[in-house]
Amino acid sequence: MPKNIRFVQGNEACVEGALYAGLDFYAGYPITPSTEIAELLSERLPERGGKFIQMEDEIASMCAIIGASLTGKKVMTATSGPGFSLKQEAIGYACMAEIPCVIANVQRGGPSTGNPTHVSQGDINQARWGTHGDHSIIALTASNHQDVFKMTVDAFNMAETYRTPVVLLFDEVVGHMREKLIVPEKGELEIVDRLRTSVAKDVDYHPYLPREDGRLPMSDFGGEHRYNVTGLFHDMWGFPSNNPKIVSGLLRHLVDKIDNNVQAITRYKEHCLEGAEYILVSYGSSARSAIHLAQNRRSKGEKIGVLELQSLWPFPVELVKEKCAGAKAVLVVEMNMGQVLTQVKAAVKNPDRVFLANRIDGKLITPSDIKQLLRVIQGRGV
Amino acid sequence: MAVKDYLRERFLPHMWCPGCGHGTILNALVHAVEDLQLNKNEIVMVSGIGCSARISGYVDFHSLHTLHGRALAFATGVKLSRPHLKVLVPMGDGDALAIGGNHFIHAARRNIDMTAIVMNNRIYGMTGGQFSPLSGPGVKATTAPYKTIDNSFDVVELAKAAGATFVARSTAFHVKECTEMLAKAILHKGFSVVEIMSQCPTHFGRKNKEGDAVNMLGLYRDNTAKLGSKALEEKPGLIPRGIFVEQERPEYCEEYDKIIAYAMKEKIS
Repeated sequence: MPKNIRFVQGNEACVEGALYAGLDFYAGYPITPSTEIAELLSERLPERGGKFIQMEDEIASMCAIIGASLTGKKVMTATSGPGFSLKQEAIGYACMAEIPCVIANVQRGGPSTGNPTHVSQGDINQARWGTHGDHSIIALTASNHQDVFKMTVDAFNMAETYRTPVVLLFDEVVGHMREKLIVPEKGELEIVDRLRTSVAKDVDYHPYLPREDGRLPMSDFGGEHRYNVTGLFHDMWGFPSNNPKIVSGLLRHLVDKIDNNVQAITRYKEHCLEGAEYILVSYGSSARSAIHLAQNRRSKGEKIGVLELQSLWPFPVELVKEKCAGAKAVLVVEMNMGQVLTQVKAAVKNPDRVFLANRIDGKLITPSDIKQLLRVIQGRGV
Repeated sequence: MAVKDYLRERFLPHMWCPGCGHGTILNALVHAVEDLQLNKNEIVMVSGIGCSARISGYVDFHSLHTLHGRALAFATGVKLSRPHLKVLVPMGDGDALAIGGNHFIHAARRNIDMTAIVMNNRIYGMTGGQFSPLSGPGVKATTAPYKTIDNSFDVVELAKAAGATFVARSTAFHVKECTEMLAKAILHKGFSVVEIMSQCPTHFGRKNKEGDAVNMLGLYRDNTAKLGSKALEEKPGLIPRGIFVEQERPEYCEEYDKIIAYAMKEKIS
């Protein structure tokens, strides 16, 4: 029997995952429903020599973790809708300056102050396009606490691998629900540490010159290499440049380093998917209801399966296309007005056979909500 | 180490206009660092956005050119994660006290050990001469064609009230004084603020009939006086220069280290 069995909230599973991944520095501002992450880390980080700071606002929190990351620390912040909006400019800075960091967004209802204590999945597109300008981004999600833990570890690993901000798109139900978590032993999950430059002291170091494999080894602020970091388009030394070649080259690099690795980044799970005629595509807490329905109907002989997405950005187009190829119909189960639906429609061969099963009233979508729509699509009455 | 060893000559000449006071501030700052014989690897300069912010590109330190108004927030992350580093935060008046005003007062409140340098030219230069929260009433700017009605902040009073433990003011005319103040501010343990009034002949001077750079520097000479001087006593309307606050108070990173020591002990016992 595993030793480290815990009964925790999803937000706590996120904290455990972050600490397992090597989190050193957290800056945040209280906001429902993510606050437990800050509270727990204010206790847990100093116990291991790490740092926690409650900043004056959401913007400052995002900026502070970027500063800390540059000194070589693994960093994160957590927030929810309004705070996520405020952080967007600095998230764009981290994209542009290629600074590893993790941002957990425990989603609540929006727009604006919205429905702070109730569930929603309305920030999917904001995670993709919240900051201005072309860029690519990684966003991961999870429907249960074991996966919250794992996706949090993956988020830190991907932030280091691709030198980019990674967004964890959790939601209020997963964040506040309590269930079992088995904390893996040290070494059970892979941890990616920062790739640091091997360039010797006093040798010209190019912080923004990608290696052949596209990766950029870093040098910690305070170390032997002094270089410039800016949110302006910049050359290989990190110096501002508006040379058209440098501008287009950097923008392509920022997009390609993520979009060309969509397969390596893609995370998903299949539930009863073999031979499924009706496929439910879902993620986060919505997926729990989708999985429940599929398992229930399978036991009664209906060919229903679930494709649970755990990486939403870059969107796993090929995966969705392939898995949904044989389906009579696809239902996207989510708690918004169809943000992932649009992506699924664009991915599959028959977008006309893709339907939305949603709930947008702050209540968790239930298996019977999904079943009602499924019955209509199956031609089995209203 | 010679002064030029603190500069990135590869990236000069700088982009400031002829006659701009910011180059003088760079000069004073680099001399202060030289006087203190600081190790370049242990200095991080964090700047915001605007004319002032470009200063971080020209110095051979670890340099972080951030977002408008957010320099102190980024700097807080750098400093708290590596407290042995010297953190210098040059900001323009908009950076420090308009969009970044919240970070300014909170960094002062925490008394986190870094040096905020407010390069105060009373105008938004980079965007072409709009008024700032330090312009004060009666100033002409591209967004105040009929003159400003906005009152200005007094950087010194604001920094004092917010809890900064070192507060000083000088001008681009008083270069030696600036150098000495900056050196003291850098050595000071805690949040230090040095306001340096810096002429912008291109946008402020031209619109407000203050003449060229030489004339504007003359105004700094004539309209300011040293704290405790006879001139200030006789003409209290002059802008006081000098060190207004220099006191010891618990510093944020050192206090946090105590939290760590306590939390680690609690965990073991």
